[in-house]
Amino acid sequence: MNFRNAQELLLLCREEKCLISEIMIRRECTLQEKTREEVLGQMGKAWEIMQHSAHDPIQNPTRSMGGLIGGEAALLTASRLKGKTFCGETVTRAITYAMAVLEGNATMGLVVASPTAGSSGVVPGVLLALKDTMGLEDEEVIRALFHASAVGYLAMRNATVAGAVGGCQAEVGTASAMAASAVTELLGGTPEQSLNAASIVLMNMLGLVCDPIGGLVECPCQMRNAAGAANALIAAEISLSGVKQPIPFDEMLEAMYAVGKRLPQELRETAMGGCAATPTACALCGKKHERSQAS
Amino acid sequence: MSTISVFDVLGPNMIGPSSSHTAGACAIALLARKMINGTLTEAEFTLYGSFAKTYRGHGTDRALVGGILGFQTDDPRIRDAFSIAEQQGVAIRFRVNTEETEIYPNTVDIRLKTAEGKRLCVRGESIGGGKMRIVRINGVPVDFSGEYSTMIVRQQDKPGVIAHITGCLGENDINIAFLKLYREEKGLTAYSIVESDETLTPDIADRILQNRFVDDVMLIQV
Repeated sequence: MNFRNAQELLLLCREEKCLISEIMIRRECTLQEKTREEVLGQMGKAWEIMQHSAHDPIQNPTRSMGGLIGGEAALLTASRLKGKTFCGETVTRAITYAMAVLEGNATMGLVVASPTAGSSGVVPGVLLALKDTMGLEDEEVIRALFHASAVGYLAMRNATVAGAVGGCQAEVGTASAMAASAVTELLGGTPEQSLNAASIVLMNMLGLVCDPIGGLVECPCQMRNAAGAANALIAAEISLSGVKQPIPFDEMLEAMYAVGKRLPQELRETAMGGCAATPTACALCGKKHERSQAS
Repeated sequence: MSTISVFDVLGPNMIGPSSSHTAGACAIALLARKMINGTLTEAEFTLYGSFAKTYRGHGTDRALVGGILGFQTDDPRIRDAFSIAEQQGVAIRFRVNTEETEIYPNTVDIRLKTAEGKRLCVRGESIGGGKMRIVRINGVPVDFSGEYSTMIVRQQDKPGVIAHITGCLGENDINIAFLKLYREEKGLTAYSIVESDETLTPDIADRILQNRFVDDVMLIQV
């Protein structure tokens, strides 16, 4: 039960007459030589950590180690509770949770890299928001996590999820594609619609650079996790409505990888370009402003 | 390339903020600790590249100290690793090396010393997503990651040693997944690194130690 690309995955789904999440559960049982209960339990543990990592910073706002972030999720929650949200309950909760996870991450909290620590807010943020607003059971979310990992697996296998290699589009972009695809299945979409949603995300985040201020996983990483969460929900809604975009996921992934490799080194996690090279960012880190060579 | 599990995608479960600068650093130090027996008294870390530049903001230092105390990447005690090391009487020292540029960006040298007088120097590289590899033991270039049950044999570079090692493994019905041999110089110290799907046990290590050209055997369990 293995597949090398999205095309083979869709074929497997048709042959086995099952959803992407089911393919991933069976694949994992074979791979680890474990029972279904064992692998579901292992994912249940990850889901517990994810939920805690999204809730804790709202209750206990803490300044990050690098001092660039802290307290954002609490502010967003306070604003939502006053009825000031206008993006809608699901989107507001998703961006709040996504930013919360990144705050916890930057204070040495426990997170699940999804697929990386720098992008660890997107998948939990989106799924926890939907659990809240649509009353999902944990069992359903755990299946969705298996689905999400199918998209992450393809990105790791056929492209990259490292910001240093492919920019933020490879990190938050992949996380967002994972979430979009999983949500599409969770809300009744087909495997084709799921991967269509994942493609839409990659399209929308194509070219996004990795430019962390001071080289720290704080800003803009936290904001980008919110953007990735919102993007995932947008893509899932578009795809579930029946809208199709023409490019298959495998081709979109290849395009993302090709763009990533062509990004100049300054825009791949080196903190030498983009946000990190602005005068204000340089002043924050106490280093001399270097004009971005990537411009 | 080993097959990617769903828990390689959604994982590791880790103390933040960075899979490469925090989790990977912890994993290197944890593996280094498993390579030396006895009571740890001293640990010195030399940081290179990006580790040297951003270690404080990424908690790389706390993750490394946590690792040599035996903490896994998801252990919240990593945050307090320095004070725990102090309680346990382990002297910690950090150095940064920014001169060396011809080196992988996230590299650390770890020097450990035990109360029993054992010493070990290990160089590790954090290669992304919490993954890492050990690239030097006591100055000798090697390459392994501790993903399998691993046996590291320190031996003299003499004929018949490998035959002895593989013989002992065969007798115990151990299938070798990977066997790699490294040496510092012809006729001097060499390292055999055996990685196996089965668990390599202390009695096999004892059996291998009986050869007069074998100086030491380290066992690392997954």
